Amino acid sequence: MGEQRQATFSVWRGDHQTGKFVDYKTTVSEGMVVLDAIHQIQAESASDLACRWNCKAGKCGSCSAEINGKPRLMCMTRLDILDMTQPVTVEPMRSFPSIRDLVTDVSWNFRVKKRIKPFKPRKPDAEDGTWRMYQADVERVQEFRKCIECFLCQDVCHVLREHHKHDEFAGPRHFVYQAALEMHPLDVEERLGQVKGENAIGYCNITKCCTKVCPEHIAITDNAIIPLKERVNDEFYDPITKLFRIFRARPKAERKD
Amino acid sequence: MGTPQCITHEHQVLIIGAGGAGLRAAIEAASTGINVGVVCKSLLGKAHTVMAEGGMAASMGNVDDRDNWRVHFADTMRGGQYLNNWRMAEIHARQAGDRVRELEAWGAIFDRTRDGKILQRNFGGHKYPRLAHVGDRTGLEMIRTLQDHGIHQGIEFYMEFTVLEILMDGDRVAGAVGYDREKGRFHIWKAPAIVLATGGIGRAFKITSNSWEYTGDGHALAYRAGAELKDMEFVQFHPTGMVWPPSVRGILVTEGVRGEGGVLRNSQGRRFMFDDIPDLYKNQTASDPEEGWRYVIGDKDAQRPPELLTRDHVARCIVREIREGRGSPHGGVYLDIAWIKEKMRNSEAHIRKKLPSMYHQFKQLAGVDITKDAMEVGPTTHYAMGGVNVDGQTQMSTVKGLFACGEVAAGLHGANRLGGNSLSDLVVFGKLAGEHAVEWAKSHPNPTIDSSQVQSICRAALEPLERSGGESPYEVQARLQDMMQDKVGIVRKESEMAEAIEGIASLRRKAASASVPGNIEYNPGWHTAVDLHNLLVVSEAVARCALDRKESRGAHFRDDYPAKDEAHASHNTIVYRGADGAMVVERREIPAMPKELSDIIKEMG
Ligand SMILES: Cc1cc2nc3c(=O)[nH]c(=O)nc-3n(C[C@H](O)[C@H](O)[C@H](O)COP(=O)(O)OP(=O)(O)OC[C@H]3O[C@@H](n4cnc5c(N)ncnc54)[C@H](O)[C@@H]3O)c2cc1C
Ligand code: SF4
Ligand code: SF4
Ligand code: FES
Repeated sequence: MGEQRQATFSVWRGDHQTGKFVDYKTTVSEGMVVLDAIHQIQAESASDLACRWNCKAGKCGSCSAEINGKPRLMCMTRLDILDMTQPVTVEPMRSFPSIRDLVTDVSWNFRVKKRIKPFKPRKPDAEDGTWRMYQADVERVQEFRKCIECFLCQDVCHVLREHHKHDEFAGPRHFVYQAALEMHPLDVEERLGQVKGENAIGYCNITKCCTKVCPEHIAITDNAIIPLKERVNDEFYDPITKLFRIFRARPKAERKD
Repeated sequence: MGTPQCITHEHQVLIIGAGGAGLRAAIEAASTGINVGVVCKSLLGKAHTVMAEGGMAASMGNVDDRDNWRVHFADTMRGGQYLNNWRMAEIHARQAGDRVRELEAWGAIFDRTRDGKILQRNFGGHKYPRLAHVGDRTGLEMIRTLQDHGIHQGIEFYMEFTVLEILMDGDRVAGAVGYDREKGRFHIWKAPAIVLATGGIGRAFKITSNSWEYTGDGHALAYRAGAELKDMEFVQFHPTGMVWPPSVRGILVTEGVRGEGGVLRNSQGRRFMFDDIPDLYKNQTASDPEEGWRYVIGDKDAQRPPELLTRDHVARCIVREIREGRGSPHGGVYLDIAWIKEKMRNSEAHIRKKLPSMYHQFKQLAGVDITKDAMEVGPTTHYAMGGVNVDGQTQMSTVKGLFACGEVAAGLHGANRLGGNSLSDLVVFGKLAGEHAVEWAKSHPNPTIDSSQVQSICRAALEPLERSGGESPYEVQARLQDMMQDKVGIVRKESEMAEAIEGIASLRRKAASASVPGNIEYNPGWHTAVDLHNLLVVSEAVARCALDRKESRGAHFRDDYPAKDEAHASHNTIVYRGADGAMVVERREIPAMPKELSDIIKEMG
């Protein structure tokens, strides 16, 4: 079963008011991930240690945490990529209010999403009452739809983490969401006003920190945010487009590129 | 502790569970304008449905136009060894296509055919390519589509709440009681109609693809409310779970790998699936590897490779190879998709495109590049065919006002579920359950809540926190899982199952005296202690039903009765709580199929 040895995990314990790191020792073996160690600690010495998880395979986005200071999924972080001679620190995402131990209040994300105008398809136009879409046309939207809502990108984005613009800025996850809607071949909703206004994409200064932490390897900045910014620019600042908008309400489907 | 305080909510329809089934039921119910609440143990979008990989079965015929609902019906019945509720199998086969197209209308983007339709892939037991899919993350596409649509339908969501018990008003449901995980406060939901959509029971076993949520809550809630459970002996062991490293043991490897051409080999390099092909499938299976490959790439004259036989059979063949000493170093067999490089250029890119999350899963968790090397795989507990006994049309259980849909309901799959038939099950029967729950709620308003019942439920739930010195709930859970895996697992026999039933009784005593430190706020030790009671109910039901079925059929295999037995060919096994509180097991004849359906079965051979 491979080599077994003791390791120390320095885990954040606390509630919404106070907290501190507590050291736990446990035996680790080949192939273990951080979530396994947390489960072992729960079973051995801290049965009330709170954490979220579901799939254990990077598919549900529940187990987000900061491991040695880096936002990661606990279930996909193998111990053999960490320096095990030092205690491994495990703490909750810091951009969200703490609930208990590793569990944070991420409900803000759900509220932001609910404000975004939902998908609105054009009328079915194939003879069988549905639509035709081609693989080449859906590929980039499929990239965005890989998002597992782990909110690690939200955790790392300085606009939220350092500047606490939660009331004004939707954050990278929701630009990915809006890009998926905007580039959906069937969607006809007008959403760019929201992207610019209440979601304030302008605050993003393309640091790309979000892209670096995305466990689904979505090119958040290059493929979602920058094209959205360009569309916002075309729509609101480009004088020719502006003229067009005044004289002719263009169906959005035509604008799809 | 005195009298626990409760916060009361009121809904016309209460849905317990926010996977595909619960969300679809909620959307349907809300579309009639009534007041709907949805309770779930995790955050929205994290239910098991998110993990589904391979796809969703519907006979749309986009890839092979010979497909239609009648073939899908016959395949489902054959896979279930004819113990299915034939009415459900018919409804499912007829309606699945509409439900897939509806998801598209709500924003889902499935992979496409060349002519721009929804692409369909091969899967075990399905005669034609039938699974609508998105790479190997179909469940994510489904749950996100339903979630993003559902949040705009005026539904009230209670995230991270656990329902403890169904409340009764005489012989009809009156609501439910539970707690919020964050603060540990108790809540009452008053509702004339309740839809259970709580998923499965996989945590009763040690090696499983299922998460902490799958403690059989809905099964146990229904049972304690007086409802019947059916077919509990049929637990699906998926043939391919990861086996190495130990920490990932049980995590699923989608059947999609085999659908895309993956083959199983033993340590001698032999494709052992060709060695044993069941009679029911003889004329539907490729006669050599070449024909199998032609099938994979869409040759309509070819039959499917034996790796795509039903899951129960493939799992048993794997167990046979391992037991007879032809397994891999870590106690599995080899699943190889990399070999397709002999057949196609760009095979590596093709694998990464069709199976992206398998690629990452193996790369990151096991250090294996599946485009180059074989995977080590072995069986893992995956799915409960059994569940709440419901009316095939309305989805109502044997308790008035209590409905069930999705994995927690029994009927559609009989003795063995075909891959891909669950995701379609969720939306087909989620919709029907929502519809009929509304109908019931409208005609049976204003049930009365019995507050003494509420008080005793809340007090019992708090006991583990008030005790000290008892067993740890994690320890009891682990012992139960070990025992179920060993004694009521893939290969069963009478003496071991009898031991398991005794073992469950003694673990029940331990669970009743379990204690947990800490307080009621987000305390997973407490949650585990509470869920244990449900896990024990479903474990007992599985063991008792398995003991009663003295034959081998579908997912239920007995060493002491290795063959099918006609005497068991036409009954379901039912359990319910008897008047004295003990579990009663009963065999119930399956009503004869109407002629128009039996004709289909005859015609399809
Ligand atoms: C890894 C994996 C891959 C799979 N792949 C496929 C596939 O490719 N195709 C296919 O057809 N099927 C597949 N399946 C099976 C399928 O995904 C599940 O059967 C299906 O998603 C179950 O859906 P559901 O809506 O019934 O329940 P779930 O999605 O599991 O939802 C259950 C809900 O009930 C809630 N709940 C449970 N208990 C309580 C309680 N006490 N109080 C409150 N809420 C509660 C949970 O929080 C959750 O929200 C797969 C399963 C797994 C595990
Ligand atoms: S690129 Fe923009 S959204 Fe992403 S982390 Fe930087 S500022 Fe935030
Ligand atoms: S975009 Fe990536 S990092 Fe952000 S929530 Fe989605 S999966 Fe997580
Ligand atoms: S547990 Fe699902 S992503 Fe980690």
